[in-house]
Amino acid sequence: MRSNTPRDSQLAQSGRIELSGVTKRFQTPGGTSFTALRDVTMTVEPGEFCAVVGPSGCGKSTTLTMVAGLDRASEGTVSVGGEPVSGIGRGTSFMFQTDALLPWKTVLGNVAMGPLFRGVPKKNALADARDWLRMVGLAGFEDRHPHQLSGGMRKRVSLAAALINEPKILLMDEPFGALDVQTKAIMSNELLTLWDQSKPSVIFVTHDLEEAIALADKVVVMTAGPGTVKDVFAVDLPRPRGAVQEIRFGGGSPSCTTRSGSRCATR
Amino acid sequence: MTSPAAQARTGTNGGSLAEGTGGRSAGRRPRAAGGRSRGRKLRVHAAQLAVFVVIFGGWQLFTSLKIVDPFFFGQPSGIVRTLVDWARHGTGFGSLWQQIWVTMEEAILGFLIGTAGGVLVGVLLGQVRFLSEVLSPYIKALNALPRIVLGALFVVVFGLGIESKVVLASFLVFFVVFFNAFQGVREVDGNLVNNARILGASRLQVVRNVVIPSAMTWIIASLHVAFGFAVIGAIVGEILGAQHGLGVVITNSQNNFETNGIFAGMIIITVIALVAEWLIGLLERRLLAWRPQTTTEASTL
Ligand SMILES: Nc1ncnc2c1ncn2[C@@H]1O[C@H](COP(=O)(O)OP(=O)(O)O)[C@@H](O)[C@H]1O
Ligand SMILES: [Mg+2]
Repeated sequence: MRSNTPRDSQLAQSGRIELSGVTKRFQTPGGTSFTALRDVTMTVEPGEFCAVVGPSGCGKSTTLTMVAGLDRASEGTVSVGGEPVSGIGRGTSFMFQTDALLPWKTVLGNVAMGPLFRGVPKKNALADARDWLRMVGLAGFEDRHPHQLSGGMRKRVSLAAALINEPKILLMDEPFGALDVQTKAIMSNELLTLWDQSKPSVIFVTHDLEEAIALADKVVVMTAGPGTVKDVFAVDLPRPRGAVQEIRFGGGSPSCTTRSGSRCATR
Repeated sequence: MTSPAAQARTGTNGGSLAEGTGGRSAGRRPRAAGGRSRGRKLRVHAAQLAVFVVIFGGWQLFTSLKIVDPFFFGQPSGIVRTLVDWARHGTGFGSLWQQIWVTMEEAILGFLIGTAGGVLVGVLLGQVRFLSEVLSPYIKALNALPRIVLGALFVVVFGLGIESKVVLASFLVFFVVFFNAFQGVREVDGNLVNNARILGASRLQVVRNVVIPSAMTWIIASLHVAFGFAVIGAIVGEILGAQHGLGVVITNSQNNFETNGIFAGMIIITVIALVAEWLIGLLERRLLAWRPQTTTEASTL
């Protein structure tokens, strides 16, 4: 799909995500075990934008927490860059499903957290955070607190906070799920622009198939009870793809139209 | 382990209820309602004055008419006379200011030591599950100890000076703050912790940047009650055995059947507690300035 620049091969060292035969069981309060994921196998190539679609409760968030190293698989292996995941890795950023900004820190403080935690001198970290805030269109909002922002703006802050660490892997759990359609479209475009600058491997979880098709190189479809991978298909549409609506109504896009249209692209 | 926390929270609500009528919430209403709310504020103050007049006027009247015996129930005019007398000629144990200062010193030291200890141990046990499970029965047992008996013990061990009172006050303060800090740490949003960890935070950085600020709401809620406890610790310690302090003055009045003296001591302590409550309110507004106003507003109701 993309040319093999030196940068891409460099990313190959650490940007590849691989799940093979991953099963995840949770202990229920009753003492029995509940299988949230069964035998999930999927791969995300370095620099690939992969969307995971599925109904609520099919284990999408669980998958992400295991890739992030926040939790372990009960069976099977999760590896990042060829190494089995054994805890939180340096190159991974995670945008959580619910707001994870610290309400007592300013917007600037929230974005500067990553570099500060990693020992970057305060001055540089703050300058960096300012740059990132500008890139997500929030220049001038540095001193606000999260509760003084709209939902979309908070998502931008989260995005800046995630990207400032220059991740090789970006995990996003229904990041725009709570936004209105227009904000969602704008945010999606900005996400793609920013992603294009550093090309981390992305797992983008959503329950919206159209959003998945509009954004991703590859879509993994999951089903519930227990969560399994039902289908994987590539989206071979050139970028920029324009708004989701344009894709649906065939506004200049060749192959992928509506849900049935997406099926024709299934391998 | 939750009941003292709940107790502390109730205490705060009580505290801010008093402030709420003072117009903190009224000041924040939209401009259009401004005039009306100022009128309401005035009426509230007038009513408050009326309540004062009825209670103290009635008290004065009934005792003057000997319907109620002033020997047992005191008399407002007598209380004022006692206060003036203490201020002018001192108490039997030195100047009034010295007595107030001794009690304040004990209460403030006890408050600071108890708060520091409570926050430290609360955060530590809230973070390290193993420790909290090991120590839990001991903490419950300590907390169940009768405080008065403990106070008696402290006076014997640490003597009649301020040390025994500081220890008792710290002990009382410690548990209030500890339970709230512990609960606050336990209630930290796991999402925020995970987010910080993924961003690269070490365990200590998580504690400093996420756990403590997030538990701060709980900790500060406990401080309102805690200062009250510090004063109680100081006074009870003095009553159990001391050479100076308001507790000694009150005990002396009691021994001489001077009801007015007991009331006078009570009034001084109340004023101290109100001033402290106001200062803690200031601290709270400073430390929790980031909170959306709606939350503060809700808590004043
Ligand atoms: N910590 C947990 N303990 C027990 N069950 C869990 C836990 N986390 C998730 N589950 C269960 O696993 C299933 C998948 O959850 P999740 O990954 O959050 O789904 P999704 O993100 O796709 O909506 C759900 O049925 C959920 O109840
Ligand atoms: Mg989820």
